[in-house]
Amino acid sequence: MAAPAVRVATLNKTFFVPERDAGLRASVQSLFKRRHREVRAVDGISFEIESGEIVGFLGPNGAGKTTTLKMLSGLLYPTSGEARVLGHVPSKREREFLRRITLVMGNRNQLQWDLPALDSYELNRAIYRLPRPEFLELRDEMIDLLDVGDLVRKPVRNLSLGERMKVEIVGSLLHRPGVLFLDEPTIGLDVTMQKRIREFIAEYNRRHGATVLLTSHYMADVEALCRRVIVIHQGTILFDGPLARIGDQFEAFKTLTIEIEDPDADLSGYGAVLARDNGRVKLRVPKAETARVTARLLADREVADLTVEDPPIEDVIELVFAQERPAGVGSTETQRAEVPPSPAPEREDQ
Amino acid sequence: MSTLEAGEAGRLRSYFDYYLTRGRTQIQVNFQYRVATYMWMIGMLAEPIVYLVVWTTISEHQGGAVQGISTGEFAAYYIVWTLVRNMNIVFTPYGWEWRIREGELSAALLRPLHPLHDDIAGFAGWKVATILLWLPIAAVLWIAFDPTLDPTLLEVGVFSLAIWGAYLIRTMFMSTLGMVTFWTTRVSALFELLIALELLLSGRLVPLPLMPDWAQELANFLPFKWSFYFPIQSLVGDLSTAELLGGLAAQAAWIVILTALTLFFWRFAIRRYSAVGN
Repeated sequence: MAAPAVRVATLNKTFFVPERDAGLRASVQSLFKRRHREVRAVDGISFEIESGEIVGFLGPNGAGKTTTLKMLSGLLYPTSGEARVLGHVPSKREREFLRRITLVMGNRNQLQWDLPALDSYELNRAIYRLPRPEFLELRDEMIDLLDVGDLVRKPVRNLSLGERMKVEIVGSLLHRPGVLFLDEPTIGLDVTMQKRIREFIAEYNRRHGATVLLTSHYMADVEALCRRVIVIHQGTILFDGPLARIGDQFEAFKTLTIEIEDPDADLSGYGAVLARDNGRVKLRVPKAETARVTARLLADREVADLTVEDPPIEDVIELVFAQERPAGVGSTETQRAEVPPSPAPEREDQ
Repeated sequence: MSTLEAGEAGRLRSYFDYYLTRGRTQIQVNFQYRVATYMWMIGMLAEPIVYLVVWTTISEHQGGAVQGISTGEFAAYYIVWTLVRNMNIVFTPYGWEWRIREGELSAALLRPLHPLHDDIAGFAGWKVATILLWLPIAAVLWIAFDPTLDPTLLEVGVFSLAIWGAYLIRTMFMSTLGMVTFWTTRVSALFELLIALELLLSGRLVPLPLMPDWAQELANFLPFKWSFYFPIQSLVGDLSTAELLGGLAAQAAWIVILTALTLFFWRFAIRRYSAVGN
């Protein structure tokens, strides 16, 4: 069996951050006694990503997503634990490793600001030692795919944010990396541009079998690209499994929509009434109670229609971020649901 | 040719390709901002012109020479000084401080090439533009100050190498200092102290023969002289062939020492990089 493209085992990153109170007095005191706070940005996370998988890495700001990506791309040394990407230890920053990965940060420009992107691409050819014919073929393929033929001849400083991100992505992929770490690649872009970049990532993955670990605050990115998501919060993994099953883990409620004859009927005994529009009523009921409430409603009332829905994924993710830690999920235990083609077990302890 | 030799030749060709491409990119950037670059270079002339006027005046008051250096030789020294000074402008510890504080080093670290290559190649491209832009300035200074300059072919050849040696010595010296910024994000105090020392012991403020004997002796053991006084003197002075070649050897030795020091500190420094700012 092929080794996973990315393997992370009990990975930790702790920062020591100097801190002091405000004011002159505290400033003078800090000259003699410096105070540091230990911040555990990543706290013992473990996961594996198979070759060719696209995985969404979700979490609120400060959850540890970017720190993890930086450790996996060799920018940061882990405090402890193990990380392997394509068989390499990222922190060793071996040339062969750096030639096979890329990290795209949505808020960071890596191209020459004053020159057309084509000049930066040429520089990348020299950096990655790409044979010219192969480089030209891939460059033109990428330019076509993202439709940036007119943009790559303009100085980068003259491009809009969205245009810059597109030419940036082309530059990041010219060496045909096997693993893509994408940190908010669509941040600040309009919906059309977001869609274009999503399609491009999917196409690159399809054509080159690349492994992708993607962070994004836009659920549309995640829903379009990722069958599997890893949810991280306060440095620990809360969920690792198919996107479709994230609700099983975190949804506490279901939404029941019913159509009844009497539009003014009191339904508060069945659940929280969320909305009422003539005879159409939306109820929120605890997930565990759904079957019983549904049966009661059908028995007690003249119900013309009834639907049971999961809340939108976006709402579920928001709920996960909003809560400190869901019941049953401890800091030493993580949920790992099986995602084809990974043979990982339903659950495993860290 | 063995596989090993072929691999090594391929590696060198790749580096050459990179340096050429990066240098060319930088020249394009500099030519795009040619007016700004030119104004900046002209602004930098204030320092040598002050030195030149002071020493020319002193020399003329002392009968046309100061400790054996004639007025025309002072003029030649400070005109060549302007080029050597430009060759000495490299990526400073302030640059490293900015890179680390803003997280700008991240992009360089993602490439399969040590960031020092980018600094060396980028600034080298800038130097090529600088030399081209310097020629008209030198012509004006030549007409204004009438220097005594009659170099041999060997001196011109050694000077052509020595200015690049000076560039590499100062690059590696500043990189070694730049490593300090991984431990403290405020490196200015140490940097300014060393710049003051360099000003006195490099030949930048005054030609070294005008300094006290102990200072000249001390300068022999520091890199500053080899990045400033020696390149100037190789063209305007009257050094023997042995002194010229010995000077190039001393430059090579300092480049090796300072590169080794930078790489040694780099191994520990990079572990401290926190990639903040992005």
